[in-house]
Amino acid sequence: MKRSNEPIFWSLFGAGGMLAALIGPALVFITGIAVPFGLIFKPDTMSYAHMLAFSQSWAGKIFLLAVIALFLWHAAHRIHILLHDFGVHAVTAVRILCYGGAFAGTVIAAYTLLALGS
Amino acid sequence: MAEAEKIIEIEVLRYRPEQEKEPVLQTYKVPFTDDMSVLQGLQYIKDYLDGTLSFRWSCRMAICGSCGMMVDGKPKLSCKTFLREYYPGRLRVEALSHLPIERDLIIDAGDFVKKLESIKPYIIPKEARTLEQGEHLQTPQQRDMYEQFSSCINCMLCYAACPQYGLNPKFTGPGVLALLHRYNADSRDGGSAARNELGYADEGFWGCTAVGYCSEVCPKGVDPANAINQNKMNSAINYFTRFVTPGGAGK
Amino acid sequence: MNNRRPYVRSMDGWWKRDPYFIRYMAREVTAVFVAAYAVLLLVGLVRLGQGKEAYEAWLQALTSPLSMVFHLVVLAVFCYHTWSWFNIMPKTMPIIFVGGKRLQPGTITGTGLAASVIACLAVLFIVRGMS
Repeated sequence: MKRSNEPIFWSLFGAGGMLAALIGPALVFITGIAVPFGLIFKPDTMSYAHMLAFSQSWAGKIFLLAVIALFLWHAAHRIHILLHDFGVHAVTAVRILCYGGAFAGTVIAAYTLLALGS
Repeated sequence: MAEAEKIIEIEVLRYRPEQEKEPVLQTYKVPFTDDMSVLQGLQYIKDYLDGTLSFRWSCRMAICGSCGMMVDGKPKLSCKTFLREYYPGRLRVEALSHLPIERDLIIDAGDFVKKLESIKPYIIPKEARTLEQGEHLQTPQQRDMYEQFSSCINCMLCYAACPQYGLNPKFTGPGVLALLHRYNADSRDGGSAARNELGYADEGFWGCTAVGYCSEVCPKGVDPANAINQNKMNSAINYFTRFVTPGGAGK
Repeated sequence: MNNRRPYVRSMDGWWKRDPYFIRYMAREVTAVFVAAYAVLLLVGLVRLGQGKEAYEAWLQALTSPLSMVFHLVVLAVFCYHTWSWFNIMPKTMPIIFVGGKRLQPGTITGTGLAASVIACLAVLFIVRGMS
C-alpha cells in the first residue's frame, strides 16, 4: 500500500496544537482582553513602538512566525478532517483550501516579518 | 416466585431481504427477571414469540465475540447487557452500526475477516529458530507492552463505534490495527516492516482521527485508540528519517 | 446465496447519535477559533508592516465591545482546546514504565495541564516584565 503523506501535516498539527494548548489562553487573554481594556498590563504594552521593536528582534520574529504559522497549520489539518467528518466529499478541493490557506498565511507572515527588518 | 412478572418492550430492527426493501422496527413484549441478559430476551422472542428473528450468539459469557449489537444506540455484547438496566420502558436493538445488515441483527463480517488476514496476525520470528534453542524468553515488562492488545475477541463493537470506518470502509479499522500493533509490540516478533506497509498507509494508522469511542466500547479493555495513535509518532519519525537511516524504509 | 441483499445504513448526521460524538465534534470545532485568532494576529502583523496609522487602527478595533465578546469566546474555546488536548494525549503515547509501574493516563493529562498553567503564567510574567 502507498505510504501516507499525513506525517507532514500531522506533525505541523501536533506542534501547533501543543503550542496553542500551552500558551494559547494566555496569548488570547493578553492581546484580546487585558491590554485593550487596560487590565494588569500597562496600556502601551502593545503600542506601535513596542510591537515594532519586538517584531524586529529575532526572538520576536521567531515567536510571531511560530504562533501564527503553527496555529494556522494546526487549524488547517483539523478543519480538513472536520469537513470530511461532516460528509464533504470534495477531498482535493478541501485539501487545497485548508493547507493552501495555512501556506498563504505562513508566507504572508514570514514576508512581513522579513520586510520589517531589524 | 412470589413477585409479579415484569414485562419489558424490546424494539428490534428487522430486515428480511426477501420480503422488505428496508429495515423495519418490530416490538415484542418480553417477560423478564433481573438476571436476564438482552441475549436471553432475544432468545425468549425466538423461542416463544417469533421464530423468524435471526441473531448470532455462542458462549453467552462475553468471550466468543459473536453477539455484538446496538442496544439503545450503543455497541454492546448482548450477553453482557442486562434487561433490568432499561426497565421500565423499552430498549431498541439493532445490528452493529457501520456494517452492512445481512438479516435482522446479523451483519456482514466479510470485510473485517479479510482485513484481519491481511495484517499477518502471527509471530514472524526475527531470525530462524531451531527447537534446540528452546522457547523465546520474555520479561513481564516485555509482555506488558502487548498483552492488553492481545485480548481482542473480534466482536467488532469498535467498528460499530468508529465513525471513520463508517464514513470510509477502506479504513482498516480499530480492532485489526490494534492486533497489528499487538504483533509489532511483541519482543518475539520481527515482522514490523511488513505490517507497517499497511500501518503507515492512509488506510492504516492515518485513517484514525482519535475519536476514541472504540476504546470506550471495547468489552475487553483492548484500547485500540491507544494501539493506533501511539504508532502515528513512529510512522512520522520513519517518514522523515527513512532516507537517512540504514534500512530506514522498513521498521 | 442469491437472496443476499446486504443493507448499508446512511452516515448522515452520525455525530448527533451519541454525546460522545458531539464532544468529539466540539473538540474538532475548536480549530475554527484557533484559525480565527491566528488570522486576527496575522492581520495585526500586516498592519504593523503598513505603518503606525494602520497598526493603531487595528489596535483600536480591539477595544470594541464586539472584539471583547469575540475574545471571551475564543478564550473559552482555547481553554477547552487545552483541556481536550491533554485528555487525548495519553492515547498518543506508548506504554511507559516509571519505577516498575505503568505510567497512568491521568498522570500524563495532569502533567500536561499543569505545564499549561505554568507556561501561561510564564507568558504573563514575561509580558509584564517587557512592558
